[in-house]
Amino acid sequence: MNDTLSKIEKRTAYTLLLPAVFLVFAIVLFPIFANIWISFKEVQLKDIRIPEPRAKKIVKSIPEDKTKLKIVYKLRNSSLIEDINNIKFSDNLPRNIEPVDLDSRCEFKSKKIKCDFGNWEAKYRESFEIVIQNINNDVIDKNTIKSQKPKLSGDADNILLTTKFTLKNFKQVFNESEFLDLLLTTFYFTFFGTVGAIIFGMFAAQLVNQKFYGRTFMRSILLFPYVGPVVALAYTWTLLLDPNSGTLNALLVNFGIIDKPINLLGQKYMTLNLLGFDIKLRLALTTVIMFEIWRYFPLAFLFILARLQAVPKDLYEAAEVDGAGPLRKFINITLPQITAILSILFMIRFIWNFNKFEDIFLLTGGASGTRTLPINVYQQGFAVSNIGMGSAVSIIIVMLLIIFMIIYFKLIGKRANEI
Amino acid sequence: MRYKPLLIYLFISSIFLTLVGSIWKIMGTLQGLKLTEINFNINFLLALLLSLSLVFIGKRINHLIKIIVLPLIFTFIYIAINESAPIWYNVGILLISLFFTNRVKNYNLNYLKEDFVSEKIVFDFLSLFAIVFFAFIILFPFYLMFVTSFKLQAALLYNPLDLSIDFTKNISEQFKSYLVIFKTYDFGRYIFTSSIVSIGTVIITLIFAIPAAYAVARLNFFGKTFLSTSILIIYMFPAIVLVIPLYTVFSQLGLRNSIEGLLIVYTATTLPVAIYMLQGYFKSIPKEIEDAGLMDGQNWFGIIIKIIIPLSLPAIASVALYVFMIAWNEFLFSLMFLDNPKSFTLSRAINHLTGDAETPRQYLMAGSVVVTLPILLIFVYFEKYLVSGLTAGSVKG
Repeated sequence: MNDTLSKIEKRTAYTLLLPAVFLVFAIVLFPIFANIWISFKEVQLKDIRIPEPRAKKIVKSIPEDKTKLKIVYKLRNSSLIEDINNIKFSDNLPRNIEPVDLDSRCEFKSKKIKCDFGNWEAKYRESFEIVIQNINNDVIDKNTIKSQKPKLSGDADNILLTTKFTLKNFKQVFNESEFLDLLLTTFYFTFFGTVGAIIFGMFAAQLVNQKFYGRTFMRSILLFPYVGPVVALAYTWTLLLDPNSGTLNALLVNFGIIDKPINLLGQKYMTLNLLGFDIKLRLALTTVIMFEIWRYFPLAFLFILARLQAVPKDLYEAAEVDGAGPLRKFINITLPQITAILSILFMIRFIWNFNKFEDIFLLTGGASGTRTLPINVYQQGFAVSNIGMGSAVSIIIVMLLIIFMIIYFKLIGKRANEI
Repeated sequence: MRYKPLLIYLFISSIFLTLVGSIWKIMGTLQGLKLTEINFNINFLLALLLSLSLVFIGKRINHLIKIIVLPLIFTFIYIAINESAPIWYNVGILLISLFFTNRVKNYNLNYLKEDFVSEKIVFDFLSLFAIVFFAFIILFPFYLMFVTSFKLQAALLYNPLDLSIDFTKNISEQFKSYLVIFKTYDFGRYIFTSSIVSIGTVIITLIFAIPAAYAVARLNFFGKTFLSTSILIIYMFPAIVLVIPLYTVFSQLGLRNSIEGLLIVYTATTLPVAIYMLQGYFKSIPKEIEDAGLMDGQNWFGIIIKIIIPLSLPAIASVALYVFMIAWNEFLFSLMFLDNPKSFTLSRAINHLTGDAETPRQYLMAGSVVVTLPILLIFVYFEKYLVSGLTAGSVKG
């Protein structure tokens, strides 16, 4: 009895889960594994279309004879690297019209021209001509001939499904002299973006945790940067920071703080003189990190605020009785209460910032020293059009992520489920 | 007499007043005023003077008189030593100093002798300043976006500091950029597409997630713990590593440039977090209620429809709003999958506008307002639900 019940329960569970699990498998897990496959292949963006035989039909009239027309089919193999085999061609002709001197590869049967073109190698091109005539010696209407589209079919290998593999992509990724720089930029961006967002979030949470007039209003607007669409916000920031007509530069110049506008998003380095030391600052990267902090500190704020509100009030009252000031209270009560959440936040935000693509892409497009690993995936895959390279970089991201996740689950995995 | 609290008070309060005054000056400049001097040092001395007189007068004269007279004097000296500015600007200065004096009206020499008073003062002013600071840095970009959509490109290039809106223009002239983006750039269609995609994603996600979350929360089956940990792990993988394989497969299947394609991808990427959030809530529903349902002869479908869903409406609302927000704001997949303007979403359309360097920025910003405003309104209206969704989902970002 119990046995059948648990069987029914199992079956129900699997039925309920199946659609969701299937979808996630198909759209999330499958691509991660497909990346491995693609990264060992030499694939360009233009190759991912399956090679097709194509024909462009041009109809020409013959001046000497109105009852005849010449049809030219510009035939070609759409692929530059793959052959197409066993190509079949067919085109319909209207009634009473038939071809004159048909090519030996073709035959005319029941108003249809059918051809067997055999194999075309890559880049194959041919101008294939047919002359047609009207049996009743009437004038042929050009447009009815034109409106018929020829049909072509052929067998071709899908380059993604062949078993030709190469290590070229990975060699190229690692041999690139900029790879180390790429990795450093990514970590720089991730680390400072995460730490900055957490510090700002902590201040904001501490602030909103007090009672003051307009507190609920403050709490809602603090979340605006995260809730707003990244496209709109990134473009607003680009306008704000624009060197020629941006508000920020105009203000700074107006008040005499800087002499001439600084291209905050387009300048790779800026030399700062601090206490006699010349410091070379990654300017564009710093600006992008600022945007990142601005946009994501609300999440840290939310998390930390939720934790702060759960700190028992009598702890503070007891501290007050003991004569502790605000600073002591913060260091000795608040900080220990939120260290756990801060470490979890750090790990989670670190992983997410590491994956961040849109923000940098919209602000700088990866130029002026802001190219991180995710940006590189896009640039390799779609700007350079080398899908295989893009996949190889994706694999590197996935590998690093797995390492981060192992660290995450080793350190705080069990506690993560409690929050 | 301990001098430390007094000095700290003087320093921090004057810095505060000067900074707030400077922010007001920046705002004034952005309304087209010709102000070119921050005068930080002189204004700091003035503020110091005000703080000093406030603390020495203390309770010797009536609060009300003190609060009114001192700011007036402050404002007059301020007007004298700073560049000339219109009345409204100086009224602002008066209001700021009024606020300030009101804030520190209880400070006097005796008060400054209390325990930890210097720390309290620092915290007080720090949090006051933090309110101004956070409000300013958060709202300013939104303000800029909004105002720019009403300005002309030429006016902004001529004087990027003048953000004031000319209210004398007639309505159709005033809202010209909005008219243009709807008429010329076809934003009506993009709003429609974005809404369809976002609402569709919410509905499909809920249809898939509710049964799955119920199974994870309530039923025993082989591989349950594995599944619930993998939900979190899968969620950590970013869209950018999925993009290349999905792009190739979608190209070959002809799913690019289609709303269906977007719906599939958005649903699949939000499902893990939706399941994660819902199963947590389902676990908190007492099992006895379901047992009663079982007694009545309900099957799992009946239980989910008649018991679980009505009881967990708040959680479902949170998930729905969160998923809606993600789908509405999504950019990467719409950039990859859509290149036919007929199937653009709002985000993709704005990105497309920037592709043409000739597009005047007021159109760009009008488009940005159009995509930002709905999501902000929804957020403000349903804040409670969305915040709990965000807190639960903030593993994602």
